[in-house]
Amino acid sequence: MKPDQTPPSAKSAAPRASRRGFLGVAAAGLAGVMLAPGVRLIEIAQAAPGTPSANASSKVRWGMLIDSNKCASGCNDCVTACNTENGLSGGTRPTDSQWIRKIEIKEIRTGKTQSLPMMCQHCAEPPCVDVCPTGASFKRADGIVLVDKHICIGCRYCVMACPYKARSFVHEPQTNQKPDVPRGMGTVEGCTLCVHKVDRGEMPACVTACSDAGHGAMIFGDLNDPNSEIAIRVASYSSRQIREDLNLNTGVRYIGI
Amino acid sequence: MAGKRAFRRAIASSLCAVALMLTVGPVAWAQKKELPSVSGRVPQPVIEPARGGQCVEDPAFMRRNHMQLLKHQRDETVHGGVRAAKYSLKACIDCHASKATGSVTVANTNFCQSCHSYAAVKIDCFECHASKPAQSSFPPIAPHGQAGTHALSQQLRQLVTQQQAKP
Repeated sequence: MKPDQTPPSAKSAAPRASRRGFLGVAAAGLAGVMLAPGVRLIEIAQAAPGTPSANASSKVRWGMLIDSNKCASGCNDCVTACNTENGLSGGTRPTDSQWIRKIEIKEIRTGKTQSLPMMCQHCAEPPCVDVCPTGASFKRADGIVLVDKHICIGCRYCVMACPYKARSFVHEPQTNQKPDVPRGMGTVEGCTLCVHKVDRGEMPACVTACSDAGHGAMIFGDLNDPNSEIAIRVASYSSRQIREDLNLNTGVRYIGI
Repeated sequence: MAGKRAFRRAIASSLCAVALMLTVGPVAWAQKKELPSVSGRVPQPVIEPARGGQCVEDPAFMRRNHMQLLKHQRDETVHGGVRAAKYSLKACIDCHASKATGSVTVANTNFCQSCHSYAAVKIDCFECHASKPAQSSFPPIAPHGQAGTHALSQQLRQLVTQQQAKP
């Protein structure tokens, strides 16, 4: 490699230096390029647009642990809290948006019924991101799967691809949206893990509502932090992903199913 | 031949100068005279005073570049989670929401709408984004007394005067 291939940053790092100093810096820059090309590429990839630093950090993996043994059948508080927080109508027509819903499951042989909330599972390998033709469906650096509605064209491929039926399409013009939660006709939406609250350091609305109702069936936290409550619980109790066979590595995990 | 070409060139350049004077002249004259917006033939946008003190940038810069700032900021916010940034749309709305309607786009006199209808540029922002500040940061529409209604009636009067001033 010739010296003139030194990255411009290395040259600018030696302002008004002597010839020897300049050569030294240039050599250091070259060594950096040649010795650790992989490291540099990763650094560049992390700084690329789409994953800017600040709040969404790749060191964090937000996740949720839901204990279906504690989830009360008939309790709908998480759904109501989600609708209130995000300005959803709460209707149940096929054209109404539903970011979280309660489902009842039954073991046929024993008759044991269980109740659990179902929403976007914030996969590490999200199928909705794979199929999106415009890049509107994306995974944030901290593992939250979102729709960038500025570039969503409303094709609904992601709605089809999601195995959890977690995405909704907005069919009608919207009014009185929440300032933190923009929603508009012609775009797809789904659970955001209340990303606007998480960025402020708060819990998602459903988790707060569940603990306020006294059930405490939902825990939210950083799966990558070994000292967080969710990481400790996941490490000490057996928890499962829904549709484990798809190997999506979901951020939302369940106990007792 | 050369002389003829030079003559043609001189005529062409003087014609250009005349055309320039014809087009620029009236504009320069109008600017010099600084017509009040109401008596002009063209209705000027109503620019409501903002709630806060100083804008994040110089007003002239904002008029030209606010769309680039917003577009850059939206990507930072959606993808990077940068919320309390200098150029956030929410901060614009918090400051520029009308005292009368509480919005930046509901009435034709509101901050965003008045300029955009004047410039005939459609705003798509508020098909998804709220055009009003969050309830907590938003003072009552018509505070005790008549301040709110007074502000609205003044704006309406200004708009009506403009409409009447149209030929």
